[in-house]
Amino acid sequence: MTNLAIAADGLRKSYGDKVVLDGIDLVVPEGTVFSLLGPNGAGKTTTVQILSTLIPADGGTVQVAGHDLAREPDDVRGAIGVTGQYSAVDKLLTGEENLLLMADLKHLSRRDGRRKAAELLDRFDLADAARKPAATYSGGMRRRLDLAMTLVGDPRLIFLDEPSTGLDPRGRRSMWQIVRELVASGVTIFLTTQYLDEADELADRIALLDHGRLIAEGTAEELKRRIPGGHIKLTFADTHLLDAARGLLEAGVADPEALTLRVPSDGGVHAIRELLRLLDERSIDIADMSVHTPDLDDVFLTLTGRQKEATR
Amino acid sequence: MSTVTLAMRDSSTMVRRQLKRLLRYPSMTVQLVVTPVIILLLFVYVLGGTLGTGLGGGRATYVNYVVPGILLMAAATAATGTAVMVATDMTEGIIARFRTMRISRASVLTGHVVGSVIQQLLGMAVLIGIALAIGFRPDANAAEWLAAAGMLTLFAVAITWLSVALGLKSPTPEAASNAPMPLILLPFLGSGFVPTDSMPTALRWFAEYQPFTPIMQTVRGLLLGTPIGDDAAIAVAWCAGIAAASYLWAKHTFNNQGSKA
Repeated sequence: MTNLAIAADGLRKSYGDKVVLDGIDLVVPEGTVFSLLGPNGAGKTTTVQILSTLIPADGGTVQVAGHDLAREPDDVRGAIGVTGQYSAVDKLLTGEENLLLMADLKHLSRRDGRRKAAELLDRFDLADAARKPAATYSGGMRRRLDLAMTLVGDPRLIFLDEPSTGLDPRGRRSMWQIVRELVASGVTIFLTTQYLDEADELADRIALLDHGRLIAEGTAEELKRRIPGGHIKLTFADTHLLDAARGLLEAGVADPEALTLRVPSDGGVHAIRELLRLLDERSIDIADMSVHTPDLDDVFLTLTGRQKEATR
Repeated sequence: MSTVTLAMRDSSTMVRRQLKRLLRYPSMTVQLVVTPVIILLLFVYVLGGTLGTGLGGGRATYVNYVVPGILLMAAATAATGTAVMVATDMTEGIIARFRTMRISRASVLTGHVVGSVIQQLLGMAVLIGIALAIGFRPDANAAEWLAAAGMLTLFAVAITWLSVALGLKSPTPEAASNAPMPLILLPFLGSGFVPTDSMPTALRWFAEYQPFTPIMQTVRGLLLGTPIGDDAAIAVAWCAGIAAASYLWAKHTFNNQGSKA
């Protein structure tokens, strides 16, 4: 059996009457990416704060990096790195000074610290801005600096709380690339996100958190299989065509008012080509077509029976 | 490395952090240095003639009398700045990061304290320089100067730890700017600007027993040769007591507080 980076059993936390975490169990093997997926207010950040020793749990036993969270928090701190949702850089210091500060606090020698800082500035594309105060950085640059600071001291377990929030698509992709490189070097990643595609892209295992409870857990594929909702939406010019298509395909939900037909499908290229071929053979023209793959809305609709308000 | 060595190392790292921050944004320091200088000039040139007469001399007599009080006021003003800086710092994400690292927990507070004490000593040095230029005539020898500097440093350390605790307790930086306000007034409600025996009984009683008075009397005695008596011992006891209690209070507050960010 592989070693576990995180093993939590019955983790609980309440603020007054409000139960934030209602007994969650987590098992994260070393060297894997685990993603905690859920809407705002589900308890994702609270989980990260507890696991990273920022706040104490009310109940449950937790081992992080082989150390008991409650009894040996300092040993846990020595093994982890945290990049929170809010930028954790010293805005009055320059990017380089921020990294050197981390190196000093990780008790690296002066030379190692300088080398590490230079390497990270380079790797995170911050070398040009190294001597400028972090206050002048753009959101994306600050995020990169934040993550770079987390990497000083080479932590074995890294917590990323909504790492791509506030990033543009390019920044998001480069963040993903960095995460993949980290995993390749054997680091364990605990990631929270509200985006299914992000979890899908990065995580080995995904747990779905809602109102302080884990409502599903598995690989991305396993979860998607549990989520119907993938479909192709066809729009027609008139009801005649709509009825013809409905009769031909023998499946799907028709909406005569909107002149649309929702055909269940995995949305793959093959399925689309087949569908278009069938319609073409009968000369049924379609006015518009869109492919809908399962997303977080579907997940919540399916697993909680609640509508979109949860994912607002 | 032992725990103590690590704590020292982390604290000196945090001191460097704080000094860099102070150097990069000197406007706060400038303001903290300039404000007491203006008070000094106001008291000497606007009020000093009349108040000096009351002391049985003139403006020149009053310069000598008022400088120790303004030195304490300068430190108290800087303490307000410290409380605001600490409260602001606590709202930053970087503090949450520090809390997730294996470092000496109080080191970030030590950084603030040392930074602020250096700031205050600098302010006091400028103040003494200007006081000398406008007629302050101390008769202290080198040992007495050193003792006075020691007394003022001890006072700065005590009042800074107190401000750090107040800053940590404040819900917002705005609230933190009000909390140490009474400290700025204490030199007035003591022997800082006029002798206490000129005050009404109740106020006089307060003025004689509040901690600032023995400290001011000690500094005055060391620099100008007025009698000190047991004021020195009382002053040191007050400073040590305030410093120790505030340190424990600040450390406890910091350790038991989740990040506000």
